[in-house]
Parts: sequence; C-alpha cells; structure tokens
Amino acid sequence: MSEDKMINVYLYTRYERFWHWLQMVLIFLLIVTGFEGHGLYTLFGFERAVEIHNFVGLAWLIAFAFFVFWVFTTGEWKQYVPTTKKMLAVIRYYLYGIFRGESHPVPKRKESKHNPIQRLTYLALAALLLPIQMATGFLYWGYNSWSDWGITGVSLELVAFVHMAGAFAICSFIIVHVYMTTTGHTIFAHTKAMITGWEEVEKDVKIEDWERARGEGLSLR
Amino acid sequence: MKQIKGVLQFLYLTMSICLLFILTSAAGANQKDTEQVPGRFMARQATKAKTVWSTTDHSKHKALQQEFKSGAAITGACLSCHSEAASQFRQTIHWTWLGGSADSAKRSGKAGDSLNNFCISTNNMQDKSCSACHPGWNAKDGEINCLVCHSQAEEMNWTETFEDFHAFSGSGDPEELELAQEIQESILKSVQNIGRPTRKNCGSCHFYGGGGDGVKHGDLDSSITNPNKDLDVHMGLDGQKFECVRCHTTVNHNVAGRIYSKPATTDRKSLIEDDLTPKIMCESCHSATPHKSGSKANDHTDKVACQSCHIPQFARVNPTKMWWDWSKAGKKKKGKPYKTKDSLGKYDYMSHKGEMKWAKNVKPEYFWFNGSINTLTVKDVIDPRNVVQVSAPVGSREDINSRIFPFKVHRGKQPYDKVHKTLLAPLLSGKDGYWNTFDWQKALTKGMQAFDLPFSGQFDYVETSYVFPTTHMVAPKENVVNCIECHSRENGRLANLSGFYMPGRDSFKLMDIFGWAVIIGSLCGVVLHGLGRVFTNGRRGGK
Repeated sequence: MSEDKMINVYLYTRYERFWHWLQMVLIFLLIVTGFEGHGLYTLFGFERAVEIHNFVGLAWLIAFAFFVFWVFTTGEWKQYVPTTKKMLAVIRYYLYGIFRGESHPVPKRKESKHNPIQRLTYLALAALLLPIQMATGFLYWGYNSWSDWGITGVSLELVAFVHMAGAFAICSFIIVHVYMTTTGHTIFAHTKAMITGWEEVEKDVKIEDWERARGEGLSLR
Repeated sequence: MKQIKGVLQFLYLTMSICLLFILTSAAGANQKDTEQVPGRFMARQATKAKTVWSTTDHSKHKALQQEFKSGAAITGACLSCHSEAASQFRQTIHWTWLGGSADSAKRSGKAGDSLNNFCISTNNMQDKSCSACHPGWNAKDGEINCLVCHSQAEEMNWTETFEDFHAFSGSGDPEELELAQEIQESILKSVQNIGRPTRKNCGSCHFYGGGGDGVKHGDLDSSITNPNKDLDVHMGLDGQKFECVRCHTTVNHNVAGRIYSKPATTDRKSLIEDDLTPKIMCESCHSATPHKSGSKANDHTDKVACQSCHIPQFARVNPTKMWWDWSKAGKKKKGKPYKTKDSLGKYDYMSHKGEMKWAKNVKPEYFWFNGSINTLTVKDVIDPRNVVQVSAPVGSREDINSRIFPFKVHRGKQPYDKVHKTLLAPLLSGKDGYWNTFDWQKALTKGMQAFDLPFSGQFDYVETSYVFPTTHMVAPKENVVNCIECHSRENGRLANLSGFYMPGRDSFKLMDIFGWAVIIGSLCGVVLHGLGRVFTNGRRGGK
C-alpha cells in the first residue's frame, strides 16, 4: 500500500510510554539479578544481586500502584477487556496472512490500541502474572516476618516455585513481545511509537463500537 | 520535530530513572561503613572500660609472705582470706569433671563414663596421665591448686618444684641450700602474683587437650595465647585484648560456657535486657540483630549462629588434629617404637598412638545445634556397621533454640567390644597401660576393670566421629563467610543440611527444565516466524 494511505495517530501518552520503558528497565534488572540468585551465573555476586533484586522489586511494587491508578482513572482499563471477536481473524493473520502481505484485521487506533490477542495477553500479564509475581516476590522478601504477619501453611519452597515459574513465563512473554514489535509496517514502527507516542496507521479504517475503549474521536495530526 | 522532541524527552526520563536507581543503591553501599550498626555499638559499650582494676596487691598480704613447703600450704594461705573459694570450686565441673546430664542414669563427663576418640577415656580417673590437667595438687584427692588459674607468674611443674625444694633444703651443702632458697623464691613469686585468669592460665589446659597443642579443639590452641585481630577479633592484642573471662563470666567459680549435655546457656539475652546475664553468647553484647538495620544478615540470626559466618576457618595459625587411627598403633622399627612427622611438622605416626592427620585453615562442618551435645559413654551399645558418633550435636530445624552451627569433626578408629557392642576404654599410661606394654588385651582389660565393666576379650576397631563446636577464632568482619559460600548450587558449606528450601542452593529440576524448554520454544517460534516472513517476503517482513 502506498504511504499516502497512512496517517499518524497519537497512540501512547507520555505516562504510558514512561511506564512501559520503566517496566522494561525494572524487569530486565529483576531477570538478570533473579537468575543470578537462582545460581545460573555470577555477575553482581549473590549478595549484591539479592540486594538489587529486593530494591528493584520493591520499587516495582510502588510503580505498579501508579499504573493501577492510571489505568482506572483514565478509563484505559477498557483497552484490556477481553473479547473473542475477530480473534480467529487475528490468529489466522499471524499464522498465514502476514506471510501473504495482507493487512492486519484489527489495526491500531487511539480508542482501540489492542487486538483481541493483545487484550488477552496484556490482561493476563497485568492482572494475573505480574500480580502473582509481585505477591510471591513480596512474600519471598518478607520471609522472616511471616509469623508476624500471621502467615502459616505456606512454605518458602512453594513461594520460590511459583516465583520461578512466573519468571520463566515473563521471559517467554518478552521474547514473543519483542519479536512482535517487528511486525509493524516497518520493523521499528511499533518501537518508534512506544518512544514518541505516534504511530503510522492505515487510513479509513472503521472502528467497530465494541472495539472502542474511548468515546472521543481520533487524535489525528 | 515533535517526534525528535518526544524521543529526547523519553530518553531523558528513562536515563534519570536509571541513574536514580544506581545512585540510591550505591549510596546504600557507602553507608555500610559509616552507619552505626546497633550490634557493634552495643559491643563497644560492653567493652568500654578496658583497664582491669583490682583493690588488692597479693604480694603485700602477710599470709603469702611465708615459706611454702607444700601445695596444700599454699591453698591454706589462699583460703585464709578467700574462705568460700574451695567449697565453691569443688562444686564446679572444673573440679568434678562430671557434666550434668538430662538422663540422670548417665554419668557424663571425663571423670564419669563419657568417651572421646582421642585418648578415649580417663578410666574413671585411674589413668594418671589425664590428671595433669586437673586443678588439684593431686588430682581429685587433695587440695585445690588455685595457682593454675590465678597465678600470673611463669607456669611451674609443682611436683618437681616441691621435690627439689625438699631435697635441697634438707641438705647441709650451702650451695644446695642456696638452690632451695631460689626455688622458694620462685614459689613465692608464683604465689604472690595473683589475678583473674588470663588466656595463658586457661590455655595451659584448654589449648593442649588431647595431649598436645591444638589436638582437640580446632579453635583453641597456643596461637590464641597472644593472638592478633586477624586470628581473633575480640582477643587480638592489636584490638580489644579480651581475656577468656571477658566472655566466660563467672559466678561462684562456675565459669560460663561449658557445653556438654546441657547448653552453655539457654538464654540469648543481651546485656540491655539483663545486665547480669552471662556474656557467653554473641547476642549478650551484639544483640540478635547486630548488622546494619535492613540487612539480610539480621534475618539469618534466628536460624544461623553468628559463628557460622564469622569463623570462616579454624586452626588458622596452628594445625589441629583431624584423624586418629588407633588400629595402626603398635608398629615398630627394629623392635622399637617410632614417630614420623608430616609436612606441617606434626606427628602423623606414633607407635603408641597410631596414625594421625593434621590440617590447617579447616572449613567447619555445619549442623543444627541447640547447645547440647550427646556423648556416648562406655556403657552405650553401638552399631559397628556404621561410623559411630561418639559425640554429636543435638538440634533440628524445627527447634526454635537450634541454629546452624560450625563444628570441627574429629574422626578416627578406636577399639570396641565385638561381643558386647560397646566402645572400649583402654588404660594408656602407667605400668599396665598400652603405652608401656603395647598389649591391647591387657590395656583393654585393665581399662574396663577400672569401670567395673565386662570386656569379652574380643575386640576390633570401628570408625568414629567426635564434634567440637567452633566458637573462638572469630575473624574480622572483612573475612566473614560470603553469602555465595552457602547459597550456591554446588559444594556449598551447607550442602549436607536438608529439609528446607535455600535460595541459590536449591531448585526444582523439573520446573527448570520445563521453564527453559518454554523459553527455547519461544525463541525457536519467533525465529521461524521471522524467517517465514523474510522468505515469503510477506507484509513488512523484509523491510
């Protein structure tokens, strides 16, 4: 398709972008120090790695609280409401259509940033995987205070198991997530959007009502 | 333009966040050295008055300015002022050599039925060579020798000294009389130079237990007499200069700290909780949270003894004995007993003792320990198919009084009765002792007779182990055991302790395999998908 069919859309607000890249930094540090604590390699040294992991983990908890506030006060939570509509079309697209040069069945718009697969993935991530990771991480960190907190019947072993499983799941997400950023109309289109906030998308795409997370119109340049 | 501005804004924001994190964690590291750590602060307070003072000068006491012809006379002079000292001291384990036992049927202690895997037994105090360390003039029969612990003069061989004195003083030869005079002067020097026990006093027995320097304890040997801070951070002459009694506080001659069947103390109280508590536990001065507040090390103190991290190795200056195999004893060269030395200059073979192994800078072994040690007696039945634990620490992870504690484990082989399945206590010294006769049958028969216990006549050797809690030779904080030495997958110091999940050491094998499979699967998936896009030159693939 030709370039004049493209329009610039302001997709990601400043806070959203900041939150995304802050997450990236925190998760990167957590993964690196976490796997060192798991005994995989020596980078910072066990003691330092644990200190960094604890510090960054607690910082993450605070940062996440701001995200929760943001997602609810801005109504952005609606972007995460799962749907099955067009899901098969999206799956078909990534398994087949993408190789044929077809257009994406659910293009991005300000009021509908996520396709059905993304909605489900990000919901699972933000509402399930990350909270589990935060809860088990916090428990792990507070192990010595369990009796003061009245926590019984949980073993460190179980907490460690879940936390470790979560870590693997997040790693797997990151691999796929980073790859998926290359599937925009150029390899770095999505990455650029997450840095500047603006993404080039196709013109004249009808947004179904069910897709809409926002009432207002398009933010066009 | 707007886009570039956005990029710059974003970069600036991200970088400042990263900087913030790095700076705050770096500041935490710098603080470590300057911040007042509560435990160190308390310990400093407890040791504030470094000068030891006394209100008396024993050389000025009339009772001590007389001619002493016997040990008993010296004791009499001491007791003429310290009227209760003898009755107090005779109750203590230093005199009785009997340890209290939870099981009253057991007569534990050196003078009782307890055994070890060094010289094995005192044979009910009938092996006279053991009595060399008993603080009486004639072992338990007779008066107390106060000077062993209290005289600050040179150590003396009192039996010889009095023998010589009597021999020379009865002579008509003026030269010999003069010698007798000199001997009496050295006696008086010892008698009049009195004080609280020093490292040297305590060390005269405790550094040489088992028949030589550093034989028994790995953390107590002659190197502690005048240690530097590197060897012991409390006793170091270039530091706090602690004497033993600084921590081994004493009430009525009962010295705190003996670990036998009962813990040295059951309380882990600090001096701010109870200013009269014995100072024997690290917690007494350092509290239970001695590290910088918020430090992970403070979280360890409920399960890990201070000693486990703060004594990285024992026997750091002098070697200590790690192995003693009695079964090899009795070999002779040209019909004569002989000795050989190892590279450390220590005997690795002695005909009358057997084969020995010595080591320096030994990493301790770690066990759960609640302060009690279970020691076998000569009456206990053993299972010779396994290594027999002549003494073993008592404790478990579930016990709130237990901590992971470092031990020296001394191993060896010693004789046991093949019929009665008990360990045997050979008589070693004296006319009938093994060291004179090299006859096991006779030594074992005589040795067991001393206990009035049967010996079947059939014996063999069994491998045994014996434990010593490691608590001295506390290293400066720069030299403590690093986290990774325990929290590591392989060869960690705590590899033998099971029943709990330890981060860094333990993992879930299956989940690790599954987890990596998922990660590798994801990688393969995206690589294949990406290649697919390149080859089909599909939408946006190749650009």
